[in-house]
Amino acid sequence: FCQSQTTLQKKMISVTFISRDGDSMKVNAKVGDTFLDAAINNDVDLEGFGACEGTLSCSTCHIIFKQEDFDKLPDKPSDEEMDMLDLAYGLCDTSRLGCQITLTESMDGIVVTVPAQVADARNR
Amino acid sequence: MWSRTIKNVCTVCSIRTVNFSNLANKKVCIVGSGPAGFYTAQHLIKNGPALEIDMFEKLPVPFGLVRYGVAPDHPDVKNVINTFTSIAKSGRLQFIGNVTIGKDVTLNDLRSAYDVVVLAYGAAQDRWLGIPGENLDNVVSARKFVGWYNGLPEESNLKFNLDVETAVIIGQGNVALDIARILLTPIDLLKKTDIAQHALEALSRSKIKNVKIVGRRGPLQVAFTIKELREMIKLPENCYRIHIDNREYIEACLPKTSRPRKRITELMLQSVNLKQSEKKDPSKEWELIFNRNPIEIIKNPNENKVEGLMVGINRLTGNDWENPKIEDTGLRETIPCGMILKSIGYKSLPLSDELPFDHAKGIIRQTEGRVEGMQGVFCSGWVASGPVGVIASTMQSGHDVGKRIIDDLKNGIVGTGTKKPGRDAILSQLTARGVEPVTFVEWEALDNEERERGKFQKKPREKIVDVREMIDIAKKGQS
Ligand SMILES: Cc1cc2nc3c(=O)[nH]c(=O)nc-3n(C[C@H](O)[C@H](O)[C@H](O)COP(=O)(O)OP(=O)(O)OC[C@H]3O[C@@H](n4cnc5c(N)ncnc54)[C@H](O)[C@@H]3O)c2cc1C
Ligand code: FES
Repeated sequence: FCQSQTTLQKKMISVTFISRDGDSMKVNAKVGDTFLDAAINNDVDLEGFGACEGTLSCSTCHIIFKQEDFDKLPDKPSDEEMDMLDLAYGLCDTSRLGCQITLTESMDGIVVTVPAQVADARNR
Repeated sequence: MWSRTIKNVCTVCSIRTVNFSNLANKKVCIVGSGPAGFYTAQHLIKNGPALEIDMFEKLPVPFGLVRYGVAPDHPDVKNVINTFTSIAKSGRLQFIGNVTIGKDVTLNDLRSAYDVVVLAYGAAQDRWLGIPGENLDNVVSARKFVGWYNGLPEESNLKFNLDVETAVIIGQGNVALDIARILLTPIDLLKKTDIAQHALEALSRSKIKNVKIVGRRGPLQVAFTIKELREMIKLPENCYRIHIDNREYIEACLPKTSRPRKRITELMLQSVNLKQSEKKDPSKEWELIFNRNPIEIIKNPNENKVEGLMVGINRLTGNDWENPKIEDTGLRETIPCGMILKSIGYKSLPLSDELPFDHAKGIIRQTEGRVEGMQGVFCSGWVASGPVGVIASTMQSGHDVGKRIIDDLKNGIVGTGTKKPGRDAILSQLTARGVEPVTFVEWEALDNEERERGKFQKKPREKIVDVREMIDIAKKGQS
C-alpha cells in the first residue's frame, strides 16, 4: 500500500493571503488542506486567525474571495457556516470561513483577503 | 492539534526587526487572564519584543469566562485556551494567579511598579431589575447560575429549587439561551461535558419541564445569535413555541435588515412552533415570549418563594426597527413559574476609588482603551466595552489596545519616568501579606489533576471548586 500512497502524494498550490494591513503573503499549500491549514502550517502572520482551530465556533478565519473565485467554489456554505459568518466583521457577499474550504488544484494562484476588523467592539 | 499549538508558540514570539528603543525593558502588567488579557498580551509580545509582561489573576486558575462562562456543551469554543497556553508558555509572559488587584495589591501599587497597567478584569457583577420580589428564593441571576454550573468557586455552594415545573428566564441574549439549554438538555448529554459535578447531580433531579424566555422587545431585536437559536431548535427531547403576534410588521421590516438579522428572523418565523405531537418523545418545552416587561415577582402567600412573574405588555412603535420605541399598553398578565433567572447583563465595578468609572454602564471611562486621566493605564475587553460580543470581538479589543500601548510607548507618551521595579516589588509585597501566588506551571499541575479526575467520569475534566484545594494541588504538583 506504500506505493499507492506515493502516487497519491498531495499536490502543492500557491495561495496568497492579503492581511488586514494590506500585506500580501504568498504561501505553498497542499491540495486537500483548508485555507486555515494553509495559514497555520506556513506561519502566516495573521493575528488571531483561526481561534477555534477549525471547529466552526469562532468566525476569526473569515476570508473574502474575488467574485469569480467565489462562484467557482465547489460547495455552498452549510447553515452552520452561514450562522458563524453572520458574526464576522466586514461580512460581504463573497465571504466564507477559511476552515471550511478545502483547497483544490484549480485554486492554484488564488488570492483571498482577510478583512480588517471593526475597531470598536462596542457595536456588536 | 499538537503541531498547531507548537506553531502558535512560534507565531507568538516571532520577532520583527524594527527599532524599539522606547520599548526596551519597559514593564507592563495586565490585570485579568480572560480573552482580553491574553489577546492584549499576544499583541504586545509580538510587537514589543523587549517588553516584560506580567499577568495578574484573582483566581488560582487562568482564562476567565472561557473557563467559567462559556457553556460546558460548547467545548470547541474553549479551543482558544490552546493559544492562551502557548502565550503563557512563550517565556515572554509571567502568569501570577491568586492575586486580587484592589485587595492584595492596589492599582497605585501597580502604577508605581510598572510603566503600563492594562485593566482587563471583565464584568463580574449583576445588574438588578429594580422590581419588587427580586430577593425572593429561587430568583437567581444568570451570572450566578452560570458560575454554579461551571464550577466557579464563589458560586459552587448555591442551592436552588429545581423541583418546579416552569422556569422563566428574563432576557433574550446568548446567556439566556445557554441557561435554557443547560436546564433542558438530556442529562446523558450533559454528563459528557465538563459541567461541575454538583450541578450535574442537581440537574439530574430537576423537574423543570418548561422554560419561558421572556424579552421586552420583539423578534427583530433579540440579542442572541443564530447559532445558539438553531441549537435550541435542534435540542433533543424538546419541543418549542416562538410566540410571534405581529408577523406582518416583521415581514415588512425584513428587507431593510442586514443579512445576519434577516437570517435569524426568518429562522424564527419559519420555526414558530414544533408541537409536542410532531416530535418524537418530547418531554420538555421551551418558549420565546416577546414584548413583555417585568413588573413584579409574585410571592407565594405562605412561603418566601416565587409563584409567578407579572409582566406588562409592550407595543413597539416607530420606524426604526433596530431601536423601536417601547410603549406600555397598560395590559398586565402573570406568568406562573417556580423559578426566575435574570439574564439582563453583567457589569463591572471599579477596582479602586480613583478609577474613572461610568457607574450607569458599569464600565471604565476610556477613549480607545486609554483610561481617562490616568497616564499609562489602559483597559480592554468587557471592562472597557461592557458585556457585549463574543470572544472574537474581545480579541479585537485586546489587539487594538495592544497596538495603542505600543504606539504610546514608541511615541514617548507613556513609560518615560524613572526605571520601574516591576514584578519583584509586587511579589515581595505579596509575600509580606501572606498571599500565595500561583504560577502557570502550577496551574498546569492542577489542570492535569482535573483531567485525571475527569477520566473516571468520562468527562473532559472534573473542575475543582474549592480554592484552598486548588492551591494545594497546584503547589503539590510542583514540589
Ligand atoms: C455565560 C457566558 C457564555 C459565553 N459564551 C460564549 C461563547 O460560547 N462564545 C464566545 O465567543 N463568547 C462567549 N461569551 C463571551 C466571552 O466570554 C467574553 O467575550 C470574554 O470572556 C470577555 O473577556 P474579558 O477578558 O474581557 O473578561 P473575562 O473573561 O471575564 O476575564 C476577566 C478575568 O479577570 C479576572 N479578575 C476579575 N477581577 C480581578 C481582580 N480584581 N484582580 C485580578 N483579576 C481579576 C477574572 O477572574 C477573569 O479571569 C460568553 C460569556 C458569558 C458570560
Ligand atoms: S477557525 Fe473558528 S470558525 Fe474557522
